[in-house]
Amino acid sequence: MSESATASLSADDQLLIAGDWSAAVLPTLDSLFTTLLETEGPLKVDVTSVTVWDPRLEAKLLHLQRLAYAGQRQLELLGTPDSQTQLFKLATAVAPYAGTAATSSGLFTLKNLRSTLADIGDDLLESLEFLGATTSAVLRTLLGRSGMRRREFIESLAQAGPQAMGIITLTSVLVGMILAYLGAAQLQQFGAAVFVADLVAIGMLREMGALMTAIVMAGRTGAAYAAQLSTMQTNEEIDAITTLGINPLEFLVVPRMLALLLMMPLLVVYADALGIVGGAVVAGGMGVTPLQYISQLDSAITITHFLVGVVKGLIFALLIAIAGCRAGMNAGRNSEAVGRATTEAVVTAVVYLIVADAAINILCQLLGI
Amino acid sequence: MTEAVISVRELTMAYGSRLIQQDVSFDVMRGDIFVIMGGSGCGKSTLLKHLLGLLEPAKGEIVYGEQNFTRSGPGERQKLRQNWGITYQSGGLISAMSLADNVALPLEQYSNYSKADIRDIVALKLALVGLDGYQEFLPAEISGGMRKRAALARAIALDPDILFFDEPSAGLDPISSRRLDDLILQLKESTGASVVMVTHELPSIFAIANNAIYLDADSKRMIESGNPSWMREHSEHAVVRQFLNRAAEQAAAGGDS
Repeated sequence: MSESATASLSADDQLLIAGDWSAAVLPTLDSLFTTLLETEGPLKVDVTSVTVWDPRLEAKLLHLQRLAYAGQRQLELLGTPDSQTQLFKLATAVAPYAGTAATSSGLFTLKNLRSTLADIGDDLLESLEFLGATTSAVLRTLLGRSGMRRREFIESLAQAGPQAMGIITLTSVLVGMILAYLGAAQLQQFGAAVFVADLVAIGMLREMGALMTAIVMAGRTGAAYAAQLSTMQTNEEIDAITTLGINPLEFLVVPRMLALLLMMPLLVVYADALGIVGGAVVAGGMGVTPLQYISQLDSAITITHFLVGVVKGLIFALLIAIAGCRAGMNAGRNSEAVGRATTEAVVTAVVYLIVADAAINILCQLLGI
Repeated sequence: MTEAVISVRELTMAYGSRLIQQDVSFDVMRGDIFVIMGGSGCGKSTLLKHLLGLLEPAKGEIVYGEQNFTRSGPGERQKLRQNWGITYQSGGLISAMSLADNVALPLEQYSNYSKADIRDIVALKLALVGLDGYQEFLPAEISGGMRKRAALARAIALDPDILFFDEPSAGLDPISSRRLDDLILQLKESTGASVVMVTHELPSIFAIANNAIYLDADSKRMIESGNPSWMREHSEHAVVRQFLNRAAEQAAAGGDS
């Protein structure tokens, strides 16, 4: 057993460090460092009698070197073994970088409401800018002066339409059933179970058909857009497109946006129909006959309800496409950026959707639609 | 008399407040194989992006022939770009399009050729880089070296005056990278194009460059310019000599294998 670690200041202001520094409990050096830094002349540290070296001691000595450097003092280490001298040389070869990382994201810091709101404001402004640029690209496309390729458009149509029908089928039937259960439980108390048809029909047409379809499409297609475009950004494909003289908005964003705008209203109508069917199944279970259900639907469904849903679908499609494409086009150039863009696309889209839905409902209420 | 095809005047590049390089000035002459070299993170690719107009200079200007590129509008820039061929570090092929569609893209964009003509020209360009028959493959279905060559085929689709390469042989094995160097050299000779290349693949520099600049990451300045062989012997900067001598060793080692 070697003797335990010690550190002390000698009469001639040398810091003497000795013993086995691999022990669990070590003497504190900080106060000795402070005293040492108050002395005149070069800082001298004698480590000749250190029997066992340990990273903790090495780190402390490096810390002292940094302190000495900051105070423009010379540090002399006496009696370091060769291996330690090497290590020390390596560690001190490059001075520590004085700047800060570009994005220092403090974990778990509570941002205040003001800065959050400011972020949302910036985000909204950026989206508007993007919408402006895209609108002019759409106009050029409609005038037939655009770099949009037909194949890109057809692929986007397939992706935003037929390929989404499976999941839309599932969600709309279930949402129809949920609406029916929700209403039936209340309406049965008044013996008015038959009005469940009104509830399901109006609920699907005006609200849930469009909103649920939009949320599914935001998660499915909006995220896919963001992932595709940000991957293209990472692969320098967007640079290549730009330098080939093709406007990347026309080439990549317009077909995706148009595809979603065309497909969403159709999907909303599809979702409405399936939701009503789902509601019929539940209503049947509550003792409403199919004939009653259908005749009730006849009075409940109006062209206004239907159009409100379809218009909502169009607006939601625009919002999803903007959120997805913007996140993708503005993504950084590394693989981490792809994941970030996808998340951003979905979160932004869902927030936009809910805010827009609320706004449209308030507007409809005010206009008496 | 040779004339400058690209003149860079006191170019300062920065990402926001982070300075990358300052006061970079050089000329690329017609017919040059011009190499932008320097250690990792010195701003080589950033300089190339400035030359291509993908990034805007913080200060200074870039002139192509008679035209001031930095002060040109999007339309004028696009006219200039028609005469360029560019391959990017990762190839930059459009991943959703087949090799034939990728190579056809500049032809469809800028030429008035018929569909059948374009198909023939695409086959020719792919044959030049040894990829005829791969027309219907997607970029993801071929190897990295083949992707680089396919990107080269797209770059030469319009017989450009200037070819830009960003790290053409990065990530390739020594034999493939030598083959790509040879290919670039042959294409350059047959088309008479000027070549601007970013690389730190050292053998490439000696194999093909006749003019070069060295960007230094620490001082954030261009510290040397000239012929790389001359630089290697006579540069007053030890770091440049070191960089290039290491290159010579690698080139020699590559030649033995």
